[in-house]
Amino acid sequence: MKALTWQGTNDLSVEQIPDPAMRNEQDAIVKVSQTVTCGSDLHLLGGYIPFMRAGDILGHEFIGEVVETGPRVKRHKAGDRVVVCSFISCGRCWYCKEGLFSLCDNGNTNPGITEHLWGSAPGGCYGYSHALGGFAGSHAEYIRVPYADQGAFPVPDALDDTTALFASDSAPTGWMGADLGGVKPGDVVAVWGCGAVGQMAARAAILLGADRVIAIDRLEYRLDMTRRHVGAETLNYEKTDIDAELREMSGGRGPDVCIEAVGMEAHSSGAQNLYDQTKQQLRLQTDRSAAVRQAILACRKGGSIFILGVFAGFVDKFPLGAVMNKGLTLRSAQQHGHRYIPMLLERMERGELKTDHLATHIMSLDDGPEGYHLFKEKLDGCVRAVFQPGR
Amino acid sequence: MKKPTAGGAVSTVASMGTEALDAAVSVVRRAGEAIRSRTSHAGETEHRWHVMTVCASAEEVAPGGKLPEPLARLGDAIDTQLRPAPGERGTELACRLHHKGDAGQPDTAESANGHDKVQELRTALRHAKALVETGEILLPDRPSTNRPTVTGRPLDKLIEKAQGEGRL
Ligand SMILES: NC(=O)c1ccc[n+]([C@@H]2O[C@H](COP(=O)([O-])OP(=O)(O)OC[C@H]3O[C@@H](n4cnc5c(N)ncnc54)[C@H](O)[C@@H]3O)[C@@H](O)[C@H]2O)c1
Ligand SMILES: [Zn+2]
Ligand SMILES: [Zn+2]
Repeated sequence: MKALTWQGTNDLSVEQIPDPAMRNEQDAIVKVSQTVTCGSDLHLLGGYIPFMRAGDILGHEFIGEVVETGPRVKRHKAGDRVVVCSFISCGRCWYCKEGLFSLCDNGNTNPGITEHLWGSAPGGCYGYSHALGGFAGSHAEYIRVPYADQGAFPVPDALDDTTALFASDSAPTGWMGADLGGVKPGDVVAVWGCGAVGQMAARAAILLGADRVIAIDRLEYRLDMTRRHVGAETLNYEKTDIDAELREMSGGRGPDVCIEAVGMEAHSSGAQNLYDQTKQQLRLQTDRSAAVRQAILACRKGGSIFILGVFAGFVDKFPLGAVMNKGLTLRSAQQHGHRYIPMLLERMERGELKTDHLATHIMSLDDGPEGYHLFKEKLDGCVRAVFQPGR
Repeated sequence: MKKPTAGGAVSTVASMGTEALDAAVSVVRRAGEAIRSRTSHAGETEHRWHVMTVCASAEEVAPGGKLPEPLARLGDAIDTQLRPAPGERGTELACRLHHKGDAGQPDTAESANGHDKVQELRTALRHAKALVETGEILLPDRPSTNRPTVTGRPLDKLIEKAQGEGRL
């Protein structure tokens, strides 16, 4: 079959590789109809998560049709249209039972790597390096789905593929940020980053009853999209003083909940950016965290910060003093999609959660490298490039 | 910057190319060293109890006192303890390599291959937990290629050990 593979830092290619094989009795094989780029892939592409092997298939956010099921798969059969959670979780360990699916004890086949890096291993993730299990990614014609009864969800007929696709990763990620960040009616919520994840977090905050939701980025086309399709207010951090603006918009208090949806390659203006880039290149820090810093300083006393952006190692100039003295709650996670996906599909059906606008570029898999180029460089109004392996 | 070619290799942006590669190699190496240095305290590791919490009752973990197959296979080579985990988390399953003499130093023959035995024990423990909780041992996908690269070799070594090593 055809697949989009990682060949090295900033080097992708479309290759012919063997079809995936069933490896376990709870597996299904899914024929991928749509699969989409994610900001997380950019960290792999840039070499910031160095556990990729040349030839590994990228992609973790996808929708498709079940073509084969193992003898112990009960909820699905060939022909079913399913959207699959990007994280691979067993559904039966203590973490899964607590709803903390991305922390699954059994979903990662290489736990030793992250146990050494972080103290314990999170679950597995498709196409997200050998540190997260070394599972093949979804930018391919077919993909193996382990624990299929847990990770694959039937898609209501009323939903088109492109809408439901985002229930795999960006929509549940954004929802988790607002939900576990503790957004409640009357809150002022600020969201850093207007990619798909930030937009979904902003929309979730609105649906959870926030009084005011303010999304921050520097790319005008993304800010414009966030105003139009999500219904949030926006700020451009290159054009205004974010801290002052947020205070003014929140009665001088600062936002109650701050959601960071930028990640380890955060951009910042002026001296701070030069400092972070230099330190990252000299390996004195592995990750750049400008948006996290800003969120911590802007947040109201006793407020909460949820970090959705992916970080891998260490950051510099982390304002721990502000966290401590302002009594902040800092929380983070890879997405616990399994707990949100059915609810999100229902909301999509009711028209409360719009996602298809995120698919700015729908392409064939052959155009994968070009799709990532547009996505990475934020060219041609790209928010997400969606690939259709069957076309 | 190379231009994309249909179906062929493409280099999208070269902004951090070599630095990122160096970093990748060094992080992979460091992770490998961490694994080795932790287990180089072989005597200590060999005497330690390796514990996992299994989300199931003691009777489900070891029906009628019979341990799950991956541990049962190790027979007398290991000591095992089961105790209820607090907070309804299930059962704490603890194993260590069995030493014939007192609990002092392992004999020489044992320490020579002690590291391998600890690895085997940890792997068995993880597999036992997975079997009880999910009914199967999750296998990785087969690699899509085996093309050798700079980071490939240290990474392969790391993956080889990733079931048996770790903090467990
Ligand atoms: N927690 C999870 O499970 C999970 C799931 C999916 C994605 N993610 C992570 O979420 C992050 C965003 O993903 P995405 O797909 O939306 O990526 P994206 O690259 O499309 O969007 C990131 C946005 O952040 C903006 N940005 C950069 N620096 C900023 C700053 N200092 N302040 C405000 N905005 C800034 C960029 O302009 C861009 O629009 C990534 O780090 C990704 O890895 C996490
Ligand atoms: Zn993602
Ligand atoms: Zn689990």
